[in-house]
Amino acid sequence: MADAIEAKPALATAERVIKPKKGLISIDFAELWRYRELFVFLAWRDVLVRYKQTFLGIAWAVLQPLATVGIFTFIFGYVNKNAEQNGMTVFEYAVMCMAGMLPWQFFSNAMRESSNALVANAQMISKIYFPRLIVPSSAVLSGTVDFLVGAVIMGVMMAFAGTALRPHLFMLPLFFLVGFLAAFAIGLWLSALNVKYRDVKYVVPFLAQMGLLVSPVGFPASAIPEKYLFWYNLNPMVGVIDGFRWSIFGAKFEPYWPGFTVSLTVTLLLLVTGALFFRNSEKTFADVI
Amino acid sequence: MSNPIISVRGIGKEYQLGATLQHDTLRDQITHGVRSLFGGGKRPEKAKNSFWALKDVSFDLNAGEAIGIIGRNGAGKSTLLKVLSQITEPTEGEIRVRGRLASLLEVGTGFHPELSGRENIFMNGVILGMTKAEITKKFDEIVAFAEVEKFLDTPVKRYSSGMYVRLAFAVAAHLEPEILVVDEVLAVGDAAFQNKCLGKMEDVAKKGGRTVLFVSHNMAAVQALCGRIIHMKQGRKVGDGDVNEQVNAYLGEIKQPTTGAGAESVPLGKVITLNQLDFTPNPVTSGKDLKFSVELGSNRKTNLSELAVLIYSVFGARIAILDLRRPDGQMSIDPDNPYRISGTIKDLPLVEGDYRIGLFLNCAEYYGDYHDLASLTVSAAIRENALPPYPAHYRGALELDYDVEF
Repeated sequence: MADAIEAKPALATAERVIKPKKGLISIDFAELWRYRELFVFLAWRDVLVRYKQTFLGIAWAVLQPLATVGIFTFIFGYVNKNAEQNGMTVFEYAVMCMAGMLPWQFFSNAMRESSNALVANAQMISKIYFPRLIVPSSAVLSGTVDFLVGAVIMGVMMAFAGTALRPHLFMLPLFFLVGFLAAFAIGLWLSALNVKYRDVKYVVPFLAQMGLLVSPVGFPASAIPEKYLFWYNLNPMVGVIDGFRWSIFGAKFEPYWPGFTVSLTVTLLLLVTGALFFRNSEKTFADVI
Repeated sequence: MSNPIISVRGIGKEYQLGATLQHDTLRDQITHGVRSLFGGGKRPEKAKNSFWALKDVSFDLNAGEAIGIIGRNGAGKSTLLKVLSQITEPTEGEIRVRGRLASLLEVGTGFHPELSGRENIFMNGVILGMTKAEITKKFDEIVAFAEVEKFLDTPVKRYSSGMYVRLAFAVAAHLEPEILVVDEVLAVGDAAFQNKCLGKMEDVAKKGGRTVLFVSHNMAAVQALCGRIIHMKQGRKVGDGDVNEQVNAYLGEIKQPTTGAGAESVPLGKVITLNQLDFTPNPVTSGKDLKFSVELGSNRKTNLSELAVLIYSVFGARIAILDLRRPDGQMSIDPDNPYRISGTIKDLPLVEGDYRIGLFLNCAEYYGDYHDLASLTVSAAIRENALPPYPAHYRGALELDYDVEF
């Protein structure tokens, strides 16, 4: 009780005005900072709940990507002799696939979770106020735990294939950040659209499935003819996957840097437009959801 | 005099009914767009499909005041709280809030059934605006208030509904905002716990010197807790002031039927409308048969899985329900075919007085309780034995049929 009274003078001076918002609504970073604990707690809740009452628990986070990597390695690397042509052993080829699978899996899960996040938390949104941006962003954050588990498996695979550790590895978190932002940007667009148009739930699995085949997960991006590379990088995950491979294998997988710039630009563009779209649709969420 | 802690000026909230109903999928939006390209097409008439849930509401609230908001279903009480809580934006007007405001429109917002009691306390606390440090400090107090010590590490999905509500309210009760906004949360839980919650809210309002806004259908609770009442009707403020005066005005209002000859149907949520809810005879004599009939319409094809008539005392305590579920579970309604059901209550065992009638319904899109849709007046039975009966308020609500051997 005592603290409440002590805290009063500081808070009482703050006056908030609630009225219809007009024009383009920007992002209230100060408010987001005040709600940082909720951001972490929502992600923590998602992680806790995700594998409750499952037999294999968090192992699910790696089983699916590992199986896909196995199939890609067998078909592209071994049967189609891509490994040989690129001067790699089959194990190295598997590591290369995993280096693509890891960010792709993160992106695809984060896109799925965040696009569904507002609708899944509809009850909360219609009953309490908090900055709505927290919902899709914490859904992306919760995917980081699965990513870290996958990264450990990746480490084991690298040791097995005898991949040397290179200083490039320090760049990996940066490329992960780009992947994070790309997933968040798509999540912003899709989650806000999903409030009004439930079509999104049919679009997302399609995007995830097509994206896995179209992104350079089972093959190196160098397999794409150079004249198309610029356009190929319009898919933001192309730049991220290239970056991951470069961090792990070094100069052997030197990314096509102009293409990387394209991926980065697309990501930032989606992020800014997504945030603005989200903020400006936000006021009707509670009424429509 | 210092500034009021909340000032509300000319608040209005308009809902577009057509827009949300007609464009649920992108396809609808696209076909609509295409249709309007070719030959103009029919636009949904904006004026017809919108309604004002709130209109021109103004009031000031001073620090330390406890204010009750009463009114029938659809009077705009909940919308007002949602606008105050920033959940939805007003269409017009302006509110100034000078202090930390916490709203409790539902108990257990953010509770996850798979998480344990301990985990949910933190989750819910953070959602309600507490910091982790605050929750850690009050953790033991919260647990003691909720009386769930033994089940802290059990997932709340295994809790009884009573335990669930106790835990949820306990977290909310330990919030320390300057302004607390509470909607009908006391309608849940057992009587003993309801009293405990009321006591806690009284503490908050009277001893804590904080401001409370409280919506309830429970007149006894409103009278006990609040020093001032705002009476809402059809989105407008119709009364503001003395508690007893406003409660009496409201009790007078609910005696008039909302439905009947010439009256418009009452919306029950977005889809269902109440066309008719009648009792004959009304007033009825205690101990006689009472016929009831309900007619529900809808603005699109839907199916009801549950329906019940709820009977409340004047003070908002539930006395009985008429369970109208069908054994086959199918009650379909579409705009052309309203759903009608009627029946008879045998030898109505209610003590004379006024009763408030609500409905519970569960349709494909949502479910909920709707209060004060009609009222029922029961008049005293003519007694054959010589002794005069005790006064009605002394006899409770039920008239039992019993024999005594002297």
